[in-house]
Amino acid sequence: MAWLSNNLLQHLQELVQLPDLSATRYRLLAKHAQGGMGTIYLAEDTQLQRTVALKVLHVPDASGEWSARLLREARVIAQLEHPSIVPVHDVGTLPDGRVFYVMKFVQGRRLDQYARSECALPNRLRIFQKVCEAVAFAHASGVIHRDLKPENIMVGAFGEVQVMDWGLAKIVAAGETGKTPDGSGHQLGDASRPVAHGGAHPTQHGTVLGTPAYMAPEQQRGEVDDIDQRTDVYALGAILRFLLYGPVPGAVAHKSGSRLFQSAGGGKIPKPLAAIVATAMAASKEQRYATALALAHDIERFLNGLSVSSYRESPLEIVWRWLRRYQFMVLLVLVYLLVRFLLFFWLRP
Amino acid sequence: MSKPVLGLILGTVLGIFDGLTALLEPDIATSPEVGSAMTGILLGSSVKGLLAGLIIGFFARKVTSLRSGLIFGALVGLALATLVAAMPDPSGKHYWLQIMIPGTIVGLILGYATQRYGKPTAAH
Repeated sequence: MAWLSNNLLQHLQELVQLPDLSATRYRLLAKHAQGGMGTIYLAEDTQLQRTVALKVLHVPDASGEWSARLLREARVIAQLEHPSIVPVHDVGTLPDGRVFYVMKFVQGRRLDQYARSECALPNRLRIFQKVCEAVAFAHASGVIHRDLKPENIMVGAFGEVQVMDWGLAKIVAAGETGKTPDGSGHQLGDASRPVAHGGAHPTQHGTVLGTPAYMAPEQQRGEVDDIDQRTDVYALGAILRFLLYGPVPGAVAHKSGSRLFQSAGGGKIPKPLAAIVATAMAASKEQRYATALALAHDIERFLNGLSVSSYRESPLEIVWRWLRRYQFMVLLVLVYLLVRFLLFFWLRP
Repeated sequence: MSKPVLGLILGTVLGIFDGLTALLEPDIATSPEVGSAMTGILLGSSVKGLLAGLIIGFFARKVTSLRSGLIFGALVGLALATLVAAMPDPSGKHYWLQIMIPGTIVGLILGYATQRYGKPTAAH
């Protein structure tokens, strides 16, 4: 009986929370997902006749604080015009005073779901490279994501990538993302879904925002002023670790040696990739990649069979990598030499 | 580096190497006129490699297909090697297999290299 009444209560609550879109050009289709600050609904843009995603605050916000946060989130995303960053189309206010924004409805799978089905390492790395490039673009625009994790990345059917959920993003002046911000920048907070505790204001010093397994040490310590693009680089390293080794529940590993992690699938991970993860996830910011682009560059070099900046190869490894890179060419040359050798003995008078 | 230039350089290098392997032939190596014989072989072999590389490089610039590149490379290598093999040495002896088989493989190498490497079009 209690279960029934709980379900009924929840259903009624959801009905009450359904946004009244009658005064807008959107028609509600279904509830899609729920976050800490708002709920995402699928809606139809009746003018353009396309499906969009609509993020609405859970409840009317008397203080205006959450409305301001949602608007700031929308403005942050709107600044970031990049193929791999979900675009915002519109913002507005419902008759009950709730603020909403409309964004592209992203179809595809979350990166964690994608990783479960996609076994080919190069494909995973190419997806990761696109994520790095999108994050690097945001950094260049003065935005630090602060909540990068596989659940916030969508992968489309054709390998297109969308970095989502910029609710925790921190804005610093463009070009200052590499330096320690002076704390004067705006900080956006989606307080409840990821970890958010430690202060009255979610982004005050001492407040912890983010998802533990993907949080850099400075972020875990709540050192808001110390957060810069290398904090996202750490999270990218944790995502790469996830793509290589699978989920590491609650583990936060820091650079201490050459091999840090055990592969979830039991497969052998190339040492340069392990070194890239270790460098990106170094406990000290100074030891990490300086930029997300530098990390992407190392991934690209690895994919092209070149050496990576974070791993010093032995001469044997250099030769082996070279042979692997030019394996077909080497094979043809060996065939040539073998033919020459055979002809020499076969046609010897 | 454009594909024709890559083909030209690689073809010449491989042609010289291919020519040097003539030293493995006892008839040539023990010949009293080994110097002049080798000069002719090296010259002919490097020109053959150069021509093959250039033709295969131009083909790679027009056609982007590893399979087609390999087939075309092998055919060009074989055709040029056949022309060279058709020329006998001063004693009238032909080296058909010694020239045609390695020549075909050199063509294959050139076909592969020009398809995989080098800029597809000339830089503007």
